[in-house]
Parts: sequence; structure tokens; C-alpha cells
Amino acid sequence: MSDIMTKNPRGTDPLARPGVLAHRRMPRWAPAGIAVAAIAVGTALGLALGLSSKIQWGLIALILFVLGTYVITAAVEDRRQAKDRVVTSAVWACFVVAVVPLYSLVETTIAKGAKMINGNFLSHSMAGVLSNDTGGGVYHAIIGTLEQVGLASLIAIPIGVFTAIYLVEYGRGKLAVAVTFFVDVMTGIPSIVAGLFILAFWILVLGFSYSGFAGSLALVILMIPVVVRSTEEMLKLVPNELREASLALGVPKWRTILKVVLPTALGGITTGVMLAVARIAGETAPILLLVFGNPMINNDPFHGTQSSLPFYIYEQYVLGTEQSYDRAWGAALVLIAFVMILNLVARGIARWKAPKTGR
Amino acid sequence: MAKRIDVSGLSAYYGSHKAIDDISMTVEPRSVTAFIGPSGCGKSTFLRTLNRMHEVTPGGRVEGKVLLDDEDLYGSGVDPVAVRRTVGMVFQRPNPFPTMSIFDNVAAGLRLNGTHKKSQLNDIVEQSLKGANLWNEVKDRLNKPGSGLSGGQQQRLCIARAIAVEPDVLLMDEPCSALDPISTLAIEDLIGELKERFTIVIVTHNMQQAARVSDRTAFFNLAAVGQPGKLIEIDETERIFSNPSVQATEDYISGRFG
Repeated sequence: MSDIMTKNPRGTDPLARPGVLAHRRMPRWAPAGIAVAAIAVGTALGLALGLSSKIQWGLIALILFVLGTYVITAAVEDRRQAKDRVVTSAVWACFVVAVVPLYSLVETTIAKGAKMINGNFLSHSMAGVLSNDTGGGVYHAIIGTLEQVGLASLIAIPIGVFTAIYLVEYGRGKLAVAVTFFVDVMTGIPSIVAGLFILAFWILVLGFSYSGFAGSLALVILMIPVVVRSTEEMLKLVPNELREASLALGVPKWRTILKVVLPTALGGITTGVMLAVARIAGETAPILLLVFGNPMINNDPFHGTQSSLPFYIYEQYVLGTEQSYDRAWGAALVLIAFVMILNLVARGIARWKAPKTGR
Repeated sequence: MAKRIDVSGLSAYYGSHKAIDDISMTVEPRSVTAFIGPSGCGKSTFLRTLNRMHEVTPGGRVEGKVLLDDEDLYGSGVDPVAVRRTVGMVFQRPNPFPTMSIFDNVAAGLRLNGTHKKSQLNDIVEQSLKGANLWNEVKDRLNKPGSGLSGGQQQRLCIARAIAVEPDVLLMDEPCSALDPISTLAIEDLIGELKERFTIVIVTHNMQQAARVSDRTAFFNLAAVGQPGKLIEIDETERIFSNPSVQATEDYISGRFG
């Protein structure tokens, strides 16, 4: 009897395992310690084997980290804890793998582009600047991107949001199925195809000339499905109870959607719309085909050719001189900053408009 | 201006499935009528046909007549929106609008129907919150979000929101099932006060509650799962709970059901 009282069922030493429920735990710093050790071993192995790529070092370290976690935990704690910790460390490893390219991209762009960012670069066009001249700027491209993306958003956001409202609130039967199907198809349209379609339809058939607006039309095609999809998902998240509560107050359906459903989903819709804007802000192919490029400032998106930031990057890259490479990196940084600022604004709006939970 | 409800030969469907079959009853003005019965017997569906909320569900449709002081809710040319302004509803789970403050929640029905005068809104919001016995608890934080209140307070907020539009009839679909006994008592007391002004119909699974708050009680039942629900009997609450005329009612009330 006393045997059973003092020893746990596995018969291990009661001092090491104070009870049935408690068991030996690794210290809090163990995962970090294993990670550091894995990185050290990975680096050492990389050096010893003469592996040139740091990516290989990193991969070795990651694998060692996950395996090491399992082996050490299994030895110190038990197998179930080991599995738990392995999954945790695998999630961390995936996070690192996902963040590395992002970090590398931002770091490279800042390293190569930051020296270009100054008042002159942001306020001048490329008019009269030869490919191996220093100087020149992105002002005309910023104007072009703002106008083309602005016009595209002005057209695509209402169409997209209204389509999503139709699909979620009204759509029944064949028409809704067809709309959903075509939105899915549109999601997969490559941007060059959207550009070619507008080129054929707007410029060759209808006879308009190259302009920022023609580019916007192609961007609209690319933007609508993204807006529809994200808005649809957000509207579906609005609890049906809120719609019923509003309808039961004698509020017509359209006012219910406008005053109850949309405000509740506004945060999510804004985020989705901003992602769509970010997507089209980086499109090059339609601009190449439809806006044509222009080294000079053209403030009128409806007449004459324009430039845009992604197009400008491409153009400067193709020129192939050291000075134009610098300009391309500078423009890339401006484009990334533009998208980043848009995202921050969207986050701000989403937080500000989110359903309030405070007391 | 509480109104009488006269239902005759009412059946409701979800698509091709018949949920309730051929129900006829009269609900007296300025009284509380309770619906009791097992789950799935169509109490809530029937309640929702009384303000045309049933047809909001995809595939929902109704046959029969519901007369509100001699006007058929399902007559041709009747606007469901107008019906819902006359017949208000409180739901099982408290559902204040999450983007709105306490004040805006109560004012929602009026604002969304076109009343915007600030002084008028202030008066009505205060009256409604007092009517729902919530005014003293929230008068200092009318601009705080409604979702920050406790469950019982949220439910009273929803009642205040429903009575702010001055309906003639108030439908309550298990209004206390998500609440603790003290909040339940608060709402039962409130129902007793509200019946001076409104016709009240309440669905409840709590038979003591039906006995406490209602003047008349209707017992619903279904022959088997998948069969439409039927009205077994409706009578004075005292008679239903002491001497019902149908054996099934007595079995259900005394717990011998199923």
C-alpha cells in the first residue's frame, strides 16, 4: 500500500516526479537556448562544409532547431510534451521562413534606394534627363500612379462593393451562381490579358488614344474581383441576428444594409479594399500597353500618355546604366512606402470603425 | 394602442417542409400570451409569422390569415416593413448593434425610420429606457457602446429599442433563456408593466415563467420529429396549469412528456 502511495504508477523516483500530475519541466529559456544552439551548429557546419549560401546555413539551423527540440524534450519531459514543443517550434520556423524574404526585400530596397530619396527626386520628372545623367525624378510617375489608381478605385470599389452586397444580401438562384463563377474567373485573369483586352476594345475598336484612363480601365478589371471577394467574406461575417433585429424594428432592407450591416463590416471591407489598391498599384503590364509611358509631367489622365511607378522602375531598369539603376531602386522604395502608407491608413480606419467592446 | 390579433388557418413552410399546420387563435389586447411546448414544435416560427419575419428566412412562406384589428397582415398590398413597425420583436439572444452607442441603439428604430430631431429623440430614448427599467443603470454612459453592458442589461436595451418605435404588439422569443434568474426577474417584472400599453406574446421554455407572467397560455406540440407543429390548446393560464382539457398538455406540464 505504501508503495502505491509513495511511487507513481511508472515506479520512478518520487523525488524526481513529485506527483502524478506534475512532471519534470524544461526551464523557460529552453526553446531560445535550443534556437541559439541550432544557429551556432548550423553556422559551424556551414563553415566546416564550405557551403557558400547563407540560406543553406539557415535551413540547417532550422532543421536542427525542430529536431533538437524533439529529442531534448523527449529526453527531459516526455513524448507528448515533445510533440507539443515540436509543433510550436515548427510554427516558429515557418514564421521565420516567411519573414526572411520580406525583411531581405525591404532591407535591400532601403539600402539601395534611400540615398535617392530627396526633395529633388520627388519633385522632378525625367524630362530631358539622359540615361546616364544623375538627377531626374519620379514626380511624373507618382502623379501617374495616384491618378490611375485613384480612377480605377473610384470605378472598381463601388462596383465591387455593390456586387458583394448583391451576392450576400439579395443573390438567389442562377444569377448569383453565375456572378460568383465569373468573379472567380476574373480573379485568375493575368494583368497582361486585362491590358490586351482594353487595348483591343478601348483603343483599337473604339479608337481612343493612349491615356492614364485607359490604364485605369484595365486596373478596374483586376481590382473588381478582389474587392468583391473580400467584401463578400466580411458581409457574411455580420451576424444574421443584427439584420433581423433591424428588420424587426420596421427598418426597410436597404436601410438595414446601409446603416447596420455595412458599418458593422466596414473595418474588414476597408482592409480588403486597401489590399486591392495595393495590388493594382504595383501592376506594370497594363500601363506598358495602355498608358505607354512618358518622361514628362502630364497631370491629365484622360489625354496623352503618362508614367507610373512600376512602369518607371521597369523603364529605368531597361536603360541599364548605373544612374538609372539608382533611380529604379529609389522608385521601388517610393512604391513600397506608398503601399505601406495605404495599409497603415486602412489599419487605422479599421481600428477606428471596428465594433466597440469597451465598457 | 394595443391591438387584438386574430389568427385563422395559418400554416408556415420552410421551402417544402411544413413547420406549423393550420393554427387558429385569438390574442387579446393588453394581455400577455405565453407559448409553451417542446423544442421544434413551431412556437418561434409561429411567433415570427405574426410580424412577417418568417419570410425573411430563405424559402419561408405562409398560408392563412393574421388579422391585426381586422387588417390582414398577409393581405395584398400590405408592406412587411409597416407590419414590423406595428409589431415589434425581442429575440432570444440580446443583439444590440455593435457599432452603436447605448443611445444610438435605442434611437436606431426612430433614426432609421426618419426621425432626426435631437430633442424628440432625447425624450423618446429616456422614456424607452425608463420603460425598460434600464435608465438608472445607463443614464451616465449613454454614449458608451451597447455591447459593453451585461447580458441582462443588453436584453433590456433590446426591449427599450423595440418599444421606442411605439409598436402595438410586442413579440418576445425566449427573452430570458440566456439570462440569470435576477435578470430574468427584472424582465418578467418589466413584462408585467408593459402589458398596460402593449399586447405581448412570449415564447418560453420555462413553465414557471409562463405561469408567472402570462394571462393566457397556448400549448404547441408535434406528432413526431419532422411533422409540422400544431396548437394543442389555448386557455387561461390558470386553467392550463391546473386543469387542462387535453391530456397531452397535462403530460407536458407535469413532466411526463417524452
